[in-house]
Amino acid sequence: MSFLRRRKGTDSSKSQNLRCNIVKEDEKNNLYESPRKESYNSKKWSCWDSCCWFIGFVCSVWWFLLLLYNTMPASIPQYVTEAITGPLTDPPGVKLRKEGLTVNHPVVFVPGIVTGGLELWEGHQCAEGLFRKRLWGGSFGELYKRPLCWAQHMSLDNETGLDPPGIRVRPVSGLVAADYFAAGYFVWAVLIANLAQIGYEEKTMYMAAYDWRLSFQNTEVRDQTLSRIKSNIELMVATNGGKKVVVIPHSMGVLYFLHFMKWVEAPPPMGGGGGSEWCAKHIKAVMNIGGPFLGVPKSVSGLFSVEARDIAIARTFAPGFLDKDVFGLQTFQHLMRMTRTWDSTVSMIPKGGETIWGGLDWSPEGSSFNCGAKTLRNNSINNTDQIPNINLANMKNVNYGRIISFGKDVAEAHSSKIERVDLLDSMKADMLANLTNCDIWIEYHDIGDHRIKAAADYKVYTAGSILDLLHFVSPKLMARGGAHFSYGIADNLDDPKYQHYKYWSNPLETKLPDAPDMEIYSMYGVGIPTERAYVYKVTTATDCSIPFQIDTSVEGGSEDSCLKGGVFSADGDETVPVLSAGLMAAKGWRGKTRFNPSGIPTYIREYSHAPPANLLEGRGTQSGAHVDIMGNFALIEDIIRVAAGATGKELGGDHVYSDIFKWAERINLQL
Amino acid sequence: MSSLRRRKPINESSDSKHKAEEEDEDHDDVDADGDDDVNGKNKKTPSKIKKKRGEKPPKQPKWSCMDTCCWFIGCICITWWLLLFLYNAMPASFPQYVTEAITGPLPDPPGVKLKKEGLEAKHPVVFVPGIVTGGLELWQGRECAEGLFRKRLWGGTFGEVYKRPLCWVEHMSLDNETGLDPCGIRVRPVSGLVAADYFAPGYFVWAVLIANLARIGYEDKTMYMAAYDWRLSFQNTEVRDQTLSRIKSNIELLVATNGGRKVVVIPHSMGVLYFLHFMKWVEAPAPMGGGGGPDWCSKHIKAVVNIGGPFLGVPKAIAGLFSAEAKDIAVARALAPGFLDNDIFQFQTLQHVMRMSRTWDSTMSMIPRGGNTIWGGLDWSPEEGNSCAKKREKKNETQIADQAGSENAVCKAKSANYGRIISFGKDVAEAPSSDIERIDFRGAIKGHSAANTTCRDVWTEYHDMGFAGIKAVAEYKTYTADSLVDLLHFVAPKMMARGTAHFSYGVADNLDDPKYKHYKYWSNPLETRLPNAPDMEIYSLYGVGLPTERAYVYKLSPHAECSIPFKIDTSADDEDTCLRDGVYSVDGDETVPVLSAGFMCAKGWRGKTRFNPSGIRTYIREYNHLPPANLLEGRGTLSGAHVDIMGNFALIEDVIRIAAGASGEELGGDQVYSKIFNWSENINLQLDEEIPVHSSS
Repeated sequence: MSFLRRRKGTDSSKSQNLRCNIVKEDEKNNLYESPRKESYNSKKWSCWDSCCWFIGFVCSVWWFLLLLYNTMPASIPQYVTEAITGPLTDPPGVKLRKEGLTVNHPVVFVPGIVTGGLELWEGHQCAEGLFRKRLWGGSFGELYKRPLCWAQHMSLDNETGLDPPGIRVRPVSGLVAADYFAAGYFVWAVLIANLAQIGYEEKTMYMAAYDWRLSFQNTEVRDQTLSRIKSNIELMVATNGGKKVVVIPHSMGVLYFLHFMKWVEAPPPMGGGGGSEWCAKHIKAVMNIGGPFLGVPKSVSGLFSVEARDIAIARTFAPGFLDKDVFGLQTFQHLMRMTRTWDSTVSMIPKGGETIWGGLDWSPEGSSFNCGAKTLRNNSINNTDQIPNINLANMKNVNYGRIISFGKDVAEAHSSKIERVDLLDSMKADMLANLTNCDIWIEYHDIGDHRIKAAADYKVYTAGSILDLLHFVSPKLMARGGAHFSYGIADNLDDPKYQHYKYWSNPLETKLPDAPDMEIYSMYGVGIPTERAYVYKVTTATDCSIPFQIDTSVEGGSEDSCLKGGVFSADGDETVPVLSAGLMAAKGWRGKTRFNPSGIPTYIREYSHAPPANLLEGRGTQSGAHVDIMGNFALIEDIIRVAAGATGKELGGDHVYSDIFKWAERINLQL
Repeated sequence: MSSLRRRKPINESSDSKHKAEEEDEDHDDVDADGDDDVNGKNKKTPSKIKKKRGEKPPKQPKWSCMDTCCWFIGCICITWWLLLFLYNAMPASFPQYVTEAITGPLPDPPGVKLKKEGLEAKHPVVFVPGIVTGGLELWQGRECAEGLFRKRLWGGTFGEVYKRPLCWVEHMSLDNETGLDPCGIRVRPVSGLVAADYFAPGYFVWAVLIANLARIGYEDKTMYMAAYDWRLSFQNTEVRDQTLSRIKSNIELLVATNGGRKVVVIPHSMGVLYFLHFMKWVEAPAPMGGGGGPDWCSKHIKAVVNIGGPFLGVPKAIAGLFSAEAKDIAVARALAPGFLDNDIFQFQTLQHVMRMSRTWDSTMSMIPRGGNTIWGGLDWSPEEGNSCAKKREKKNETQIADQAGSENAVCKAKSANYGRIISFGKDVAEAPSSDIERIDFRGAIKGHSAANTTCRDVWTEYHDMGFAGIKAVAEYKTYTADSLVDLLHFVAPKMMARGTAHFSYGVADNLDDPKYKHYKYWSNPLETRLPNAPDMEIYSLYGVGLPTERAYVYKLSPHAECSIPFKIDTSADDEDTCLRDGVYSVDGDETVPVLSAGFMCAKGWRGKTRFNPSGIRTYIREYNHLPPANLLEGRGTLSGAHVDIMGNFALIEDVIRIAAGASGEELGGDQVYSKIFNWSENINLQLDEEIPVHSSS
């Protein structure tokens, strides 16, 4: 501590000083006193001044480093990285430019749920000063500063699913809408940068940003978003010499674009009136990235108890923090109330019922997927052989079909052994709602204890009965959702009822447009355990909390078990199971089927997940995770090739790591 | 020095510990002071210590050097953080309270006021930003611009100008031959409302208007920013970016998605010319135009609300092109010649700026149009009799009221010759035309440029011109609007060659001449007809009451190899003729003179004229400039300055009313403070298709 040393020096000088002036003073006394003084002084000093000194020191050093950083040539970080990891591979844009690829087809990006920015256009008193600031995306600063105000503004009206009175929150437009989700967390930015390398710019790229909280048709009702997309695609085709667009939807954008393709060809008041050839004339290819064509089980747990796996675990570790009223905020209930007003979440409920997702005792994935040994995932025969050897007592056959089970025993028992109380009977039970004084309103308070008990007594829910469950626990949300989305399988696609817009985003209840030259790609990551089914428990009754929770204490028997923390996982990209992302392209639309009457060619491109080798790589260039895949070099390369004019065959057709074709065979779908 | 003050109490307390031993000595001091008080001791010790310290200074610096520095910075940081914390914890309405406490209650912003009146979003609006205000971002660049992909080169913080100025200049320049992208560089306009809402952080352009429109219900789907690359010539924005097609498509979309309601277009500054070009383009047949058919404008546009429009160009553009200086720069140049002229840090700032701005074709769209007919000749100008002294009298009467009478007489005699846009020397500017000896420069041989190839890497066309050419320019002595175009052709042939392919500056004799179908005439209101749209309205909104550059006194700069040979003669001053720092000024909004902004709506298009065959109604709305009353008002809510007028409450109110459906008559028709109608009468412009009619003067 240089500070102390110097301090001493001054002190002795001072005492010397004293000695000179004070003749009477005893030398001995002085010498005796000075050490005491010193210690006292230094203590006094260290309190406030050393604080200041320390902060000043830190600040100065910080500024100095900042200065150095700013004056440093921009290429140094790259040198360092290359020194550590060896020479980096060229990003795909640079590589393909060297191959001579140039801009050809204009591209349209359709962002998914959550990734698009939303900004405030009109708000209540509490949101003053936030005009045209991002409420969603960016730094999320306001979420921390005024959480209640934020939740209020992000919510939609619970009856209409549109703006609450006095609040207008609108999607950000332009490429900035979803290039970065938060500062430094890219979504589309890497893809955009790589496309720019071969000559793309704003006139040839269009971000079809929409308000992802609304149901698809409501984006047209409120913002005329679908009309804007139509007009912009037409403009891009016209200004680029008639070259058709390549559409790249991601995540929920896949469903949104399915909706768009039906809307644009439907006749006016309900549709866009583009005529039956619009898609054939304007779209070269639809390159779906991580598309939840048939929904995702995650959305069920999200709607049912606002928890996905990550949150569920946090909830057990720190029950007080998230469950109880920290700072007077009932975090979960607020979140739940907010997300339940977002109609779009309903679009991702698993579609196709038990035909697709499996019933009580079977599921397409069956036991063939081994969560622990991912490397062996192609040897399904091996696995089935091993399983009885590992544990004979416990049938390791995972019942993925039971999307929600109450208790682990229920999840694993044979269906004949489960006693279930019919849900519909208890529906009629008295509505003795516990109208307690919870200041937060969620629908669980309206449904009462009986219904909660009844929901738990039904024990097991498959993809079919999940819908009844959701109708049961959140009637309002599902009433709105039912008007905009549908989850069934069409028996007869010519039924005139299928002209209604609520069927447009369900690939099992619509026909693809008549566009034989178009191509549909399904690109997704594999090799990451993905939520597929849940084990639930009823929480100890408190008045103002959510009555159901994922039972995180439930673990599978062995290391390799797919059951972890109350969640059964299957292969996928961490959010969308392979089944949902791949089935349509693998079977439902393959060749000429009733869902694909014009025989649009489909291609499956899977990307096996490899985590980033080290921290310097950031989110990795070989990731298969739902959002990180947008930075996957192989995927970007495929997209650029298609945008530059390649066809699916030139890319190499299907590119499959998972067992999707095997699973697809097990699904008994009329084609 | 807070650092000293704070340190004292600590020393004091530490020293009060010594008190026991120092008792005796203390007594002496106390007696000497004659102030015996037990409590007094505590107070006194610091002064004593201070004294003692003073006696022994050499030891002191030892620890006050580094440590005090750190300590001091620490203190400042802590205070700063504390204040920052307080600021963040402060309720958002607090600044408003303070402001209201000082200035009295603020008037409601126009959006709030009109919302209370019950106005609602009706017609979609289209903003057309002007030159310079739109952001530009990098899409492809050279090595030196690494890491700037999709970062703003223009607008925002301009951080890169300081970090890598040469690189920045290189990327902002266009190709000198084609006026398009140089090889390997793609700089593109930012799109969306963010393109021009703020020019730099905190410096609003459209943001206030957008916020007020949002109050009555406007949002992204009913507002569209027609951002374009303002460096390009207008037609080239279509060639390179298809910007005109995008604007057309977006306006059609706005009309379609808003139940067929026509758009209100709000161009600002150069955007006014751009939109004139657009209106001709959109109705012209396909390869050259947009093929929208002859009634596109009447079907899609309700009103064009021009803000500060340089319909007939601005004299400032001349100074910018001729010597890369506007008034502000010229003054700076005189005050600190070493700073701007010589090579600071090896940058020849002005030359670089000049080289860059000369590649921007759009700057040529603002060269004064209409020649001597509009801007005046050697011995007359439409603004004749305008006096600056008078103007100042209008503003603060108390000061000059007594002098005004006597000065007015002088003024009449010494009226400025605004027609002489560039004069070499003050005497030339003031002499009657018969006294000026002029040698025509046009035939002059540009001569030996060999001497000038030594200039390092900076290249301006002046170096090609040679000394003889420069001399010839100066010997022509004075230039009117007509001869200015020739002058520019002479000094910057390459630029003007590109410019004349895209712009024209004349007055049409016969608008039926098929040559006027070419796009280079589309942005000149004196060489085109307005579209056939009798229901449309054209507004001209601009500020008045600010001295605005109108004519210049130049001098030859002392010969230096690599500098620009002409300079505004900032030593030329004349109170009576509005000559200040070498610049004659007239009424205007600080950039655009009233004549340019108002003439077309006051006369050229008023009623059915040959420029306005369908009789589109025109309205002039002037806003008298008032500077902000105090610093808290920022850039003012009553400003008339060229860009600050975008925050003028009266203007915003007018715009909102029009957007909500009001017509020009409902607004109150013309609102005029300047003498634009008098001046327009002085201009002898043929308005009737058949017979040239001379307007009475």
